[in-house]
Amino acid sequence: MYRLPGFEYYRPLSLEEALVLLDKLEDAMVLAGGTDLVLDLKTGRYKPKSIVDTSGLKELKYIVDTGEALRIGALTTIQELVDSPIIASKTPLLWEAAREFAYWQIRNMATIGGNLCNASPAADTAPPLLVYEAVVKAVSTSGERYIPVTEFFLGPRRTALDKKELLVEVVVPYRNLERHGYAYRKIGRRRGHDISIVSVAVALRVDDGLITDTRIALNSVAPVPIRARSIEEFLLGKEPSIDLFREASKLVDRDISPISDVRAPAEYRLHVSRILVEELLLKSYKRAFKGGFE
Amino acid sequence: MKVEFVLNGKKVVVDVEPNELLINTLRDKLGVKSVKYACGIGECGNCTVLIDGEPVLSCLTLTVDVNGREVVTDEGLSREGLTKLQKAFIEEGAFQCGYCTPAFILMGEYLLREKQNPSIEDVKEYLKGVLCRCTGYINIFKAVLKTSSRREDSGNA
Repeated sequence: MYRLPGFEYYRPLSLEEALVLLDKLEDAMVLAGGTDLVLDLKTGRYKPKSIVDTSGLKELKYIVDTGEALRIGALTTIQELVDSPIIASKTPLLWEAAREFAYWQIRNMATIGGNLCNASPAADTAPPLLVYEAVVKAVSTSGERYIPVTEFFLGPRRTALDKKELLVEVVVPYRNLERHGYAYRKIGRRRGHDISIVSVAVALRVDDGLITDTRIALNSVAPVPIRARSIEEFLLGKEPSIDLFREASKLVDRDISPISDVRAPAEYRLHVSRILVEELLLKSYKRAFKGGFE
Repeated sequence: MKVEFVLNGKKVVVDVEPNELLINTLRDKLGVKSVKYACGIGECGNCTVLIDGEPVLSCLTLTVDVNGREVVTDEGLSREGLTKLQKAFIEEGAFQCGYCTPAFILMGEYLLREKQNPSIEDVKEYLKGVLCRCTGYINIFKAVLKTSSRREDSGNA
């Protein structure tokens, strides 16, 4: 683990140069913060012929509020998300997930784009971005396209990105969630330090006493970070109550397929997922109505 | 590749392969031994250095990526004698084997730079990325808090 295998190294000085390199190179991987890729090069998970080091592309570091959505440059670090008052006020779920993300040294290196492209089932930024229904901007020498985060993860370590494409921006719409209550929780062995055993992000909206929108996303309990669609559909149009949330949380079995690994057994993940969904639905409701069911 | 950066206040130029990690350049080529190798996978924080003032892990950083930047290690803090925090570590016995000490001191100095009056919770939060496997954390926390209160005293005097 002390040294890295050899590779051809390219350090583009502009986005355009990076795209030309990705178009031209046969077996290349993109380096951003390095907290995942450098580690995976050490362990031999990946053995690319070339590395395109994008870490010098300052033009991909920004947070812009359009009034409807936040546009976040792919190389924005997790610590920059934590430090941003805009992220905290407009996309609080993303802010909470960023705060729980590893620790200082890692947060200063890891980027939002890298966290998505690494496509770990445990990606910390994924549950909030799935709830906000964020969209990523992918560019290549032949043009650009937008991919919803809900369609971005294809499997563990597999994304909808083409080899020649670079993820340059994450667009997080927040306007239509401003009247939702929300809640986030990550379970790991040590608080904020460990890879998640399960994280859950929830947003809930109630109008005239009935649930009009629910969004529930989980990581580490399926091959990719996912939305719990069965629960979302079950809750739609119903009157919120403690019993309803308990009943709904049991449906999480239909949406997730946890496995056992070094961090936790599958049974534990399933159990904790149910509990968290129930707890976070209640918390979301309380936040939306500043009181709850008392 | 030729890489030029400022290390503990001095400009250095090194010739490295693109796959060389910063921790190896610092330890093997530049004689900076306070930066420790332990887990190699971003779990333990013992290889922490400050790059442009921000703590990062040198075992996951390519040396080519610090070109034109400023790197500070524990050695760089004590160029004019031990800092208050380093003295407090000695007074509080905040180490046994000492392997993790440089990383804790860097994170402690970083915290004291960011927050004037850190609470115990702040100390835990800032230092949580460094693992100590022998002495435990109590004396380390005490050393950081002691330094903070002393600084406050001298400010009021």
